[in-house]
Amino acid sequence: MSVAMIVAVAGLAATGTFLVTSRSLSRIVLGFALLGHAAVLALLASGGRAGDPPIVDGVVTSDTANPLPQALSLTAIVISFGLTLYVLALARRQQMLTGGDLVEDDVEDRRIAAAEDEVAAASDETRAIESHHEDGSGSEDDQRLDPSAGPRADEVNR
Amino acid sequence: MTVVVGLAVVVPLLAAAAVLGVRHRAAVRDLLTLSAMAATTGMAAALLVAVDRDGTVVLRVGGWAPELGIVLVADLFAALILLVASATILVVELFAIGQRRTPAGADPAVVSPILLVLAGGVSLAILTGDLFTLFVAFELILVASYVLLTHQGREAQIRSGMTYVVINLFASTLFLFGVAIVYSATGTVNMALLAERVPELPAATQVGIGLWFLVVFGTKAAIFPLFSWLPDSYPTAPTTITAVFAGLLTKIGVYVLIRFFTLMELEQLGPLLLVVAGLTMIIGVAGALAQDDVKRILSFHVVSQIGYMIMGLGLFTVAGVAGAVLFLVHQIPVKTVMFLAGGLIEDDQGTSALNKVGGLATSKPVIAVLFALPALSLAGLPPFSGFIAKLALADAGMATGAYAIVAVSLVASILTLLSMTKIWIGAFWGEVTPSAVPASSRRSVTVMETAAGLAVAGTIAVAVLAGPLWRMCEQIATDLLLRAPYVTAVLG
Repeated sequence: MSVAMIVAVAGLAATGTFLVTSRSLSRIVLGFALLGHAAVLALLASGGRAGDPPIVDGVVTSDTANPLPQALSLTAIVISFGLTLYVLALARRQQMLTGGDLVEDDVEDRRIAAAEDEVAAASDETRAIESHHEDGSGSEDDQRLDPSAGPRADEVNR
Repeated sequence: MTVVVGLAVVVPLLAAAAVLGVRHRAAVRDLLTLSAMAATTGMAAALLVAVDRDGTVVLRVGGWAPELGIVLVADLFAALILLVASATILVVELFAIGQRRTPAGADPAVVSPILLVLAGGVSLAILTGDLFTLFVAFELILVASYVLLTHQGREAQIRSGMTYVVINLFASTLFLFGVAIVYSATGTVNMALLAERVPELPAATQVGIGLWFLVVFGTKAAIFPLFSWLPDSYPTAPTTITAVFAGLLTKIGVYVLIRFFTLMELEQLGPLLLVVAGLTMIIGVAGALAQDDVKRILSFHVVSQIGYMIMGLGLFTVAGVAGAVLFLVHQIPVKTVMFLAGGLIEDDQGTSALNKVGGLATSKPVIAVLFALPALSLAGLPPFSGFIAKLALADAGMATGAYAIVAVSLVASILTLLSMTKIWIGAFWGEVTPSAVPASSRRSVTVMETAAGLAVAGTIAVAVLAGPLWRMCEQIATDLLLRAPYVTAVLG
């Protein structure tokens, strides 16, 4: 395996992984394109040294390149091409629905955030009660305790 | 019988193409879908009987030698799981046909053909004898699952679908790297040849290959700490689809893990597998306790139960692996029917949030029974299949002296029971809540309840047939750990 191949695979894989961990969908798509290239190059490199083409001028040569990794690479290229398109389509759909290009928080994150708001609000309230001896925001409180009534709950359940 | 091995993969795929052509003519489509899946299930049953009697069946696709071409291998393990998997898809297709008449249900014009594609991919993943075809089979399953998860195009589905696609795509890329690593280390991707060559590699290379594929297959199987995509994405899909995903997809990951780790003789990773198994059980069930929606609770249980199968594999004894196989056979129908019951609740009430549903035990006794039986089985209460499977695993653990993991598994069992009780009290007891949606037609409900009832019957059959099934599982485990039966059958 040549050093150039190793450097190329490592560079593509590192850049691809970095892009995939980003929050912007268009970067994720690009990241997968790069990761796919890295995987295909790794497959090619796994076949050993580069050799001659199998047939030259109608004569079968002896020192040929290993054809199996090339066949595997072709299959992998087709699959990663199709899936890149699919992710693009999903990103487009998300853009149509939300107008944004960012991966959104998952349900659990929102609930934890809502719970933290709740704790903060409750402590504010306690302070308020202590200073003014007021009561009355209890019903609002109950609503916020219910996770499905959070600010984005309608989007989650829709 | 060799031709049947090929047909089990080809029939669902061809049927998918045909069903896609007639997808808007409901009667023809339903008939074609059901008969294709029934045919696949029948072939799997015939294969299981034949393999049990005459030994492993190997199909060399195109007549190529195993070093050069693709082989499909139906040993006892593959045939058993193939039967359970295709029967499960058949039941879910039936449920989907019933669900058509409700607006909340998935679009059958999409679901029927794509589920058939998924069935073809599952058959290929189970039967394939080489690593690269396994990659292709995984892609087939995943592409079908991407479409099933997102085809309704709602915002929540696109959001969680994106997470699902990105995680799985990344795992697939790692799989490709893994194939490259294995090929450069051994010069083959045929699993029987790998079984001969991997144990001869330097110890560090073996561990490296084992860890790499633990991450790849572990992501598909949703083991700790690679599971976080699952509880996020599964509940957003329509119920029929969640049922297939929960029942089958992670289990295919486990099947492949068991196959790969036994065949490559990666016993040195056993202790690591046990630690992962314990964490998966506890973290999964702890996640479930924190939830208050039926589908989300069940999704966390999918994760938790994976831990038991990994525990059986991690023991690397005949009893342990046999327990893992039995657990796999018990888990596929149980998980499916629990999600189908969740779907029936949703169909009836318009939601599956525990604080909005109540009193179903009096208003819908059929749903209550369809939920209660598999729930008790999932928690591992006698005389259900879950009890037998867990008993087998605990017994295997005690025999090896792995007391810590047995203790962890028992704690997780109790917590599972607690969480099932939570669903039961929340949804089935208490005051009867008025339904938020108009009732589905009588016929539609009957079809759905019949489908769920068939799956419950399947879980009870696992318990009733536990004797012969355990004998078969022990046979499977012995062959898997010996490795020679598989290798000689393929290379022969």
